[in-house]
Amino acid sequence: MSAQNESARSYWRENLRIIMTYMVIWFAASYGCGILFVDELDQIQFFGFPLGFWFAQQGAIYVFIGLIWAYVFSMNRLDEKYDVHE
Amino acid sequence: MSLDLLTYIFIGGSFALYIAIAIWARAGSTKEFYIAGGGVPPVANGMATAADWMSAASFISLAGIVSFIGRDGAAYLMGWTGGYVLLAMLLAPYLRKFGKFTVPDFVGDRYYSSTARTIAVICTIVISFTYVAGQMRGVGIVFSRYLHVDITTGVVVGMIIVFFYAVLGGMKGITYTQVAQYCVLILAFMVPAIFLSMQVTGHILPQTGLGATLDSGKTVLTTLNELSVELGFDQYTQGNKTTIDMFFMTAALMCGTAGLPHVIVRFFTVPRVKDARISAGWALIFIAILYTTVPAVAGFGRVNLIETINGADSNGVEYTQMPSWFKNWEESGLIAWVDKNGDGKVYYSAGNAFEGGKPVFVEGVGDSGERLTSNATANASEVYVDRDIMVLANPEIANLPDWVIALVAAGAVAAALSTAAGLLLVISTSISHDLMKRTINPSISDKQELRYARMAAIVAILIAGYFGINPPGFVAQVVALAFGLAASSVFPVIIMGIFSTRMNTQGAVSGMVVGLASTIAYIVYFKFMGGTADQWWFGISPEGFGTVGMILNFVVAMLVSSVTPPPPAEIQAIIEDIRIPRGAAEAHVH
Repeated sequence: MSAQNESARSYWRENLRIIMTYMVIWFAASYGCGILFVDELDQIQFFGFPLGFWFAQQGAIYVFIGLIWAYVFSMNRLDEKYDVHE
Repeated sequence: MSLDLLTYIFIGGSFALYIAIAIWARAGSTKEFYIAGGGVPPVANGMATAADWMSAASFISLAGIVSFIGRDGAAYLMGWTGGYVLLAMLLAPYLRKFGKFTVPDFVGDRYYSSTARTIAVICTIVISFTYVAGQMRGVGIVFSRYLHVDITTGVVVGMIIVFFYAVLGGMKGITYTQVAQYCVLILAFMVPAIFLSMQVTGHILPQTGLGATLDSGKTVLTTLNELSVELGFDQYTQGNKTTIDMFFMTAALMCGTAGLPHVIVRFFTVPRVKDARISAGWALIFIAILYTTVPAVAGFGRVNLIETINGADSNGVEYTQMPSWFKNWEESGLIAWVDKNGDGKVYYSAGNAFEGGKPVFVEGVGDSGERLTSNATANASEVYVDRDIMVLANPEIANLPDWVIALVAAGAVAAALSTAAGLLLVISTSISHDLMKRTINPSISDKQELRYARMAAIVAILIAGYFGINPPGFVAQVVALAFGLAASSVFPVIIMGIFSTRMNTQGAVSGMVVGLASTIAYIVYFKFMGGTADQWWFGISPEGFGTVGMILNFVVAMLVSSVTPPPPAEIQAIIEDIRIPRGAAEAHVH
């Protein structure tokens, strides 16, 4: 029982670490590039867009999609590793 | 074929499809009614979630907002998509594992408290009604503009259709109808966008078309910036809102999105925990197709609008030369023109053309045949254009074929109906399940509960229809409230319920009360009691205050729970259990 508990705990710890990593990217793409540093990034041209404007209106959304799917794959692997998959 | 006939065919055909699906997918049990039996494949669920999420506001209003406020529109674009990352990582899988029907189910069970459950029920109902009123109104506008029936008839037809598939089919009927509605609405949004992009830039993809270089050698955005500055507006690609307000507003919309009951409940309908994550991924892809197109539609639409109204030489165009869409929307009161300098030419520039922003129409017509108004301002701008017409009028402004215009009308109706149905289901579930079954009379049978659910859905449709016909003036204002409430109450309480084993009833209830009270007080003060922008705390607008309410909720809940007893052992066992995916299927069998 306690071994199982220990495994559940470390599964949860790894899950939290994955979440934290992805949340940092989530924050950087949207609040970072799209809001906080938008004016600085606007100095750079990107396929006809000022880069900050592009992040704010399109780029952040692409990053969001990538993050969810990355999380799907990371968690599928983690579930198998700890044998908690369905 | 005339535009009217085409519009009847497109809207009528789509309605026939929805009804056929509803009859095919009737619900037989409460489980089918509430969560479609928990057996919806993730791709279908993702599509249904996208249709559920993209309301009349996303379809009709969003491009208009972005078109008129430029870069600041990003708060909505990022806010209404970034919430899905939170859902996929922080909420959906665990709520699916928990395996009940509703958000109040989770709050009530996790915090072993009927007080917490009741607060969650009230939030759910208030948020959902706020939303649904706007949807019925959207249906009414489309019907009155394109089918020339009055708004009341439009709303009644919409009510009957929703009644059919929401009341008969429950979640099962709604889900499969929404899959069809997604297809209709995305087609209706993308076809004119692609046409526009091809016309203006030669790019097939509107997403890249917005960055294209025009024949003049300048990019679309540079052209837009120059046009805007010439007319006295701010540059299109520059922000107007303060950084702190953008930050808080985006956060409130993101966390609010993740806390909306009608979005969360979608993740109860999939078979497995991993499917909850996958369907969030699909949902965001389907949503992003529209959301990444919105900036392009907004940009092209604005260039076209300015050039059509002001003419190639930017000196204005004679009213008598205006295309028919201008006069049609003037008829609907969403466009107005006053000939301030008496030259007979329509001219659009920065500043409100009318006192208070909106025109007040009076009887009679002016020298050029325009509708007369009584509240013109002294500045040079002569035209009022309602933001909400951008998407609907775009195909007409760009001279696209009639079938595209009819398709857009059908898409707007699909967007409004799919969201209305999802919301009505949440309202009826809250009443039959959370109030009747779990709070008032736990002994009712499955059959009786289903009957209550259907009755509640009927009553909810009637109330929604009433608001659609007699819209309260505050619909636009209360949308901020819906997201604020979700961000400051539902979202934090669920997060803490999953990620903290220490969080207890006292903490959750006091956190929700403080979060709700502060958010409601701030929004009511600034939206209804005449508070002005210079009194905003740290420059945070009412739209962004949900974030502050959320932070207060977290802080108060942590403080209170640290000085009160921890939750009982069986609750801690539940939390340990929802963190592990395996066993979700069994937990669901009754």
